[in-house]
Amino acid sequence: MNQNNDLLRFDNVTKVYHLGGVDIPVLRGVSCEIKKGEHVSIMGPSGSGKTTMLNIIGCLDRVSSGKYFLEGMDISTLEDDALSEIRSRKIGFIFQSYNLIPQLTVLENIEMPLFYQQVEEEKTREKAINLARAVGLQDRLKHKPTELSGGQQQRVAIARALMNDPVLILADEPTGNLDSVSGKEIMKLLCELNEKGTTLIIVTHDAGVAKYSKKILKMLDGKIADEN
Amino acid sequence: MKISIAHLIRIIRHGWKNIWLYKLRSLLTVLGIVFGVASVIAMLAIGEGASYEARKMIESLGSNNIIIKSIKVPSDSKTQQAGLLGVYGLTERDLRKIETIPSVVRIIPALEMEDSVWYYEKNFSARIIGTLPEYREALNLSIKTGRFFDTADLQNSLPVAVIGSTVRSSLFPAEDPIGKTIKVRSNYFKIIGIAGEKVFAGASESFVAEDMNIAVYVPISTAKDFFGEYEVKSTTGGIRSWERNWVQYHRFVVRVSETEKILMTSSLISDILNQTHKKQDYQIIVPLELLRQAERTKRIFNIVLGSIAAISLIVGGIGIMNIMLAIVTERTREIGIRRAVGAKKRDIINQFLTESVILSASGGFIGIMLGIFIPKAVTKFAGMVTLITCWSILLSFSISVVVGIGFGLYPAKKAAGLDPIQALRYE
Repeated sequence: MNQNNDLLRFDNVTKVYHLGGVDIPVLRGVSCEIKKGEHVSIMGPSGSGKTTMLNIIGCLDRVSSGKYFLEGMDISTLEDDALSEIRSRKIGFIFQSYNLIPQLTVLENIEMPLFYQQVEEEKTREKAINLARAVGLQDRLKHKPTELSGGQQQRVAIARALMNDPVLILADEPTGNLDSVSGKEIMKLLCELNEKGTTLIIVTHDAGVAKYSKKILKMLDGKIADEN
Repeated sequence: MKISIAHLIRIIRHGWKNIWLYKLRSLLTVLGIVFGVASVIAMLAIGEGASYEARKMIESLGSNNIIIKSIKVPSDSKTQQAGLLGVYGLTERDLRKIETIPSVVRIIPALEMEDSVWYYEKNFSARIIGTLPEYREALNLSIKTGRFFDTADLQNSLPVAVIGSTVRSSLFPAEDPIGKTIKVRSNYFKIIGIAGEKVFAGASESFVAEDMNIAVYVPISTAKDFFGEYEVKSTTGGIRSWERNWVQYHRFVVRVSETEKILMTSSLISDILNQTHKKQDYQIIVPLELLRQAERTKRIFNIVLGSIAAISLIVGGIGIMNIMLAIVTERTREIGIRRAVGAKKRDIINQFLTESVILSASGGFIGIMLGIFIPKAVTKFAGMVTLITCWSILLSFSISVVVGIGFGLYPAKKAAGLDPIQALRYE
């Protein structure tokens, strides 16, 4: 089924948004493949459709036409619950603005993905503590996100993204809100994960971020303009 | 995926944490439910208490009895002021006539007067009741110590008395009254028994309110010998004057053979008495009828109360829905994050529904506490009997939970229906 080692494949994918009765095409026929263990950057100007593409890959959004296969499975036809299940089991998200839940502690934020898999509480806690240690936050477990620096918050988000042992990590401008030192630390952390075998897809403006990756998809007006 | 008990407990714990985070807001949100539940329980308790007292008191008159009282007709009081002799009330002839009604088992006459009872220098204003030994059984009087007077006492017109519990506690706070002698006017009575305490509801049911605890029971023959058939009362007014009445019997207690025949018998009695008592100087009290009337009143009271409670709980529920909608908006981004990490729509519904149910249930809980406290306070400070019923607590609590589900469902569904991408972008 997955003979050519593809993790995901886009087959002439389009996405059209309906806003106020007007159809706005965002993706106009995207076809590409991403292999297991790859580190891919998606670049392009604002409005080129790169975030939409990331959302579709992350099963947060659905295609308007065309096919999207993840690990050989056709995602395009799945219902909301099934998409949630895939997000829960296979995908880790990292956002530009960290997107931590403010009223929860660092530990509780990291634990969240396994909460929805109904994994036992002690197992979840143990794993979350290990991941917090791996990203260097073992002393900040009981803190609230607002008590942390931007770099620390992004590391919490990375730990959270790793909680469900994802096959795919999707990062939308992960260093966009960070200073260059923290940004570099975050990129180093992400590259280490990729070296351990997790597929990594990063959407970025920053050529400095993109240079870490082995493959860059350049998008323009809803199409892949360049792939190298 | 089915939700395990352990997971449900975690959902509840998380919900509780979120509510606890904004204590004041949560408290204000559930205030409607708190007062709704508290008022249901408290009002039911007060209502139950009042009807319990009324019922007890009516029962103490005997549900198989008809009571006929002599009453002074108001127009008579004009002539009384001149010091003339007033004649009114039930007579020996009435007694004989009523006795002939087949459904009447027994008719027990009684003489009553209010006067001071003396024990050495202590005195107490009591109701002296001269009657037959059967009176005790007809009115379900219990005897705490000693005995009620018997036929021998009656036949010999012995000066013996049975006192009510209030008389006892006023005149004999520390000693045993049995065998002691009390004085009424210039006559002495030996105490042979003490009656058990009877419920007395005070002014609320004044038409039958007679405190049986201030009574002193003596044989009717003794009462006739000692006090005669004249009533002499000092009347209040500018100049002190005396009022004299001639009354043969103050009261008949008519025992009826069967409950079904009570209404029929009471109308027969009314017909008989109407022939000779043109002035309506009597009153017929049918305890059974009063009991039914009390039940009807209570039912109406419950319906009114139920509607008030329903309205207040709906208002409380709207308060919860309002806040839950605000919370959903406030936490839009959180909803997006949770969806991104794998929460299904159902998980989001569960989360917000749990929060609204926790809110309403804790409101219900506080309401129960308050609802138990209020009747206790009413009993303590207003001296009213209150009766907290178990079902009122269960009912109001389960209604508050249902309100939480009912009014929490829409906000929860709204939360679950949010588009994850839009929710993640929400500022």
